[in-house]
Amino acid sequence: MQEFLQNLLNGIAAGSIYALIALGYTMVYGILKLINFAHGDVFMLGSFMGFYGAGVFARITGQTGAPQPSWVMAGVILVLSMAICGFFGFLNERIAYRPLRNAPRIASLITAIGVSFFLEFGGQFVFGPDPKFFPQLVEKHLLNIGGVATTNYQLIVLVVALFFMALLQYIVYGTKFGRAMRAVSYNFETASLMGIPTDRIIVTTFVIGSSLAAVAGILNGLVYPKIDPLMGVMPGLKAFVSAVLGGIGNVPGAVVGGLVIGIIEAFVGGSRFSQFRDAIAFIILIVILLFRPSGLFGKYQAEKV
Amino acid sequence: MKRMPWLLRDLLFLAVLVVILLGVQYALERSADYYPVMRYYHRILVLIGINITLAVSLNIINGHAGQFSLGHAGFMAVGAYFSAWLTLFYFGPYVDKLPESSQFIAQNALLVIAVFVAGLVAAAAGYLVGQPSLRLRGDYLAIVTLGFGEIIRVVILNVEKIGAARGLSGIPPWSNFFWVYFLAVMTIIVSVRLVKSAVGRAFLAVREDQIAAEAMGVNTTRYKVKAFMIGSFFAGAAGALFAHYTPAYLNPQMFNFTKSFDVIVMVVLGGLGSISGSIVTAIVLTILPEALRAAKEVLHFDRDPRMVIYSITLITLMLTRPQGLLGRRELWDVLARRKDSIPKEARDEGNADDKLDRDAGPPVT
Repeated sequence: MQEFLQNLLNGIAAGSIYALIALGYTMVYGILKLINFAHGDVFMLGSFMGFYGAGVFARITGQTGAPQPSWVMAGVILVLSMAICGFFGFLNERIAYRPLRNAPRIASLITAIGVSFFLEFGGQFVFGPDPKFFPQLVEKHLLNIGGVATTNYQLIVLVVALFFMALLQYIVYGTKFGRAMRAVSYNFETASLMGIPTDRIIVTTFVIGSSLAAVAGILNGLVYPKIDPLMGVMPGLKAFVSAVLGGIGNVPGAVVGGLVIGIIEAFVGGSRFSQFRDAIAFIILIVILLFRPSGLFGKYQAEKV
Repeated sequence: MKRMPWLLRDLLFLAVLVVILLGVQYALERSADYYPVMRYYHRILVLIGINITLAVSLNIINGHAGQFSLGHAGFMAVGAYFSAWLTLFYFGPYVDKLPESSQFIAQNALLVIAVFVAGLVAAAAGYLVGQPSLRLRGDYLAIVTLGFGEIIRVVILNVEKIGAARGLSGIPPWSNFFWVYFLAVMTIIVSVRLVKSAVGRAFLAVREDQIAAEAMGVNTTRYKVKAFMIGSFFAGAAGALFAHYTPAYLNPQMFNFTKSFDVIVMVVLGGLGSISGSIVTAIVLTILPEALRAAKEVLHFDRDPRMVIYSITLITLMLTRPQGLLGRRELWDVLARRKDSIPKEARDEGNADDKLDRDAGPPVT
């Protein structure tokens, strides 16, 4: 029972990080029908911005040596990293995707792969290919809840992830911008005929998605402090799988999908099939797509001539 | 001029091909004795040949049948590991026991068998993957094939017999320039002839409009699986030759989805459905990262900037030519200033099947 709860907790923590990345995939796919393969690498960028941000923060506040953990620093770094990644999302859409809006969809898929390569190789070039260790942003405590060993980090991950998910839910379903976003996603052309500034909506979606990836990058750095320029590849793919699992284009679906993948992975990792941990997400994906091609919460759309 | 009988023509072509390839092979080996740097060029040439095979075979799936597959590296891995398993544990020891004089013939014959069987196994894997997943469309298919590619890799990673994460070394290094380019030319010929066959026409119909194709009585799933199997066969064969080329070492990491991405980039950048486009980009994109090695010295960087330049080039190329370098045309259409690979008069007339064959006769043979 304890082991079960332990796996469950680890799974939820990992799953909420997947979910945050998956939100970016699902929003962009919902609007542009584009698999933004570079999204996982934006997550990596977020992590590295946190890493360097901590160093800069320490120097500005006159500390020597490793950055001292403090809540102020954690907050500043989170905002900074979100801003940088958001700006990158803006550039990314402007330079790599917008010129191809009317080209065949496969062209933007290839530029997405190109941007992904650019971030990975650029990361290796600028940050260096060897792994770095993410600083402790806040004091780390070991906790014991009913026999389940955990840290306050896992709880922070949960709370912060939930906060941003709720915020996004509010933006998408509670604001005028969100309504415009859903309209663009429903029908691009009609939305633009109704006076919705589609270009602005799309670029803002990219900015939001990328800053959520930055949040995921920081949280991931807290729990798994080893970061390197290729760290975004696997989480990126699994997050995409989560988005498909939940029904792509569906915001709550991405969250549920991310949690499901995270929890199942934690249980497989704790079983004797642990070496197949990296494959399990794809096996789930294939099973889901074969029996329910539109995902758990997606609407089935019959094909029309 | 009267046409030669097809058998004679094909045999003649085969003979010329074999002579040319053997000549180049011999020249490469000889020159390496005098100029050691030739070994490096030799290796790049072989890699180009393997990439041509991969790109042209993926073009059958992605370009002709229009099924977006991101799992090509997985099928390459199946072929590579299966053939390596055959030669390392069965064929290699057998050849070693033979007398010196017959070893050369035996190893080449067994290599051909291993490559062919590896292709068949990869095609079988393609059938197993394709049968369920080809019911899906577009992006879903892409992500499922990517998933299958990763699953294949993780499975290989956990089979101790073939080296698991350590990689598999000690494979007999039997593959060479000759076999790699022989396979590449065979892939190109099959691909070119396929487009002009009834099966190839069915592929195009599925690509252009699946519902219309179905209404016309084309069994779409069957043809999609067929395209998938043909593509996987050549990917597996290319993988087998790759496995047997010096340093004859395999690692599951070589076949992760970045490799699939590399191949898909070649196909799309060359122009989906354009065979010669795939060939041209396979050559260019294999040489480019090597040529960019010079950039490090010129620009005085500590770290190697070549892959950064490579990725920027990729993005720029795609932004400037979204339809690919050649679009859907072939190189010979571009040279002849034709807008489309189907001749105009054939397009305008209703029943133009026989006319088409005569006008756009096979360009390779």
